[in-house]
Amino acid sequence: MSAEPRLVEVRKNVLKQNDVIARALRERFRQAGVLAVSFVSSPGSGKTAFLEKTLTLLHPRYRVAALVGDLATENDSARLARSQAPVKQIITGTVCHLEAAMVQNALDGWVLNHLDFLFIENVGNLVCPSSYDLGEDLRFVLLSVTEGEDKPLKYPTIFNSADVAVITKSDLAAAVEFDEAAANRNIQAVRPGMEVFKLSAKTGEGMTEYLEFLEHRRVRSGAAASA
Amino acid sequence: MHELSIAMSIVEMAQEEAESRGQVQVQAIHLRLGKLSGVVKEALLSSYEIACHATPLEGSQLLIEEIPVEVFCPKCKIPRLVTSIQWFCCPECGTATPTVLRGKELEVVALEIKALETVE
Repeated sequence: MSAEPRLVEVRKNVLKQNDVIARALRERFRQAGVLAVSFVSSPGSGKTAFLEKTLTLLHPRYRVAALVGDLATENDSARLARSQAPVKQIITGTVCHLEAAMVQNALDGWVLNHLDFLFIENVGNLVCPSSYDLGEDLRFVLLSVTEGEDKPLKYPTIFNSADVAVITKSDLAAAVEFDEAAANRNIQAVRPGMEVFKLSAKTGEGMTEYLEFLEHRRVRSGAAASA
Repeated sequence: MHELSIAMSIVEMAQEEAESRGQVQVQAIHLRLGKLSGVVKEALLSSYEIACHATPLEGSQLLIEEIPVEVFCPKCKIPRLVTSIQWFCCPECGTATPTVLRGKELEVVALEIKALETVE
């Protein structure tokens, strides 16, 4: 019997399992007429405050819900429940990112047809989430003014994988001498043409433009028409 | 650090593939890794050793081919390799472009396998 090594072709995507689930989720969202939006950022950039404000402002006019990923605590979902929108926490344990299967499991028991917007808050991390498609229609990457303008250059992969950038905590911009032009330049360098919003969840500055964008995208995606 | 779970998926995938081909042993895995895959080569290589431990793949090699980021330049109308993933521009004319053609790969392309010695 020959024991010579031989080369066999395989050609398989390592994250195929995740991608298959993500594609199925995207199709479910489309059929249910819900616009799915995910948020990624480093820890402490204001994802939860931003999400709370988003839910509170959309809640009277739209049917909104959120899934929030966290390593250990349920503090975020308790905080978000104040918006009165349905919120479910995904505890990832030691896993540093959300995967499509976690989103799929978390949606158990929810009727997607009863929703207009679904928000998915990823674990605070600018590295690992970039590899995992969650089936979302739009991925927002958040950058707070207190983090420094060069974040996009330090984490180009996650910025490149996102569709929209949001500069948060704009109410603190002057205090930390935030250089908005430099931040925009860096965002455009790693993702040319990317839409950027600058806002403050605390004062509400810039929230109107951002919400209009979301509503517009929901109509454009056909989500509104099929609902 | 998600490289360990990715390394475990690679080991699992290679093992399934090997089993479907009978009594064989995997000696090496050829992997294509894009610069924009979000996976770090060095971290993946050390995770691979851990993931192989106490499996039939222990001692096998992970051979990584790094794939540069290729974009489509809307002005030159041809694919171009970017010089840095911090600058999505045509290296020739400087036109910014978001259209990525290559560089997100995370793909097992081939296995080097060897038939196991059969015991009489």
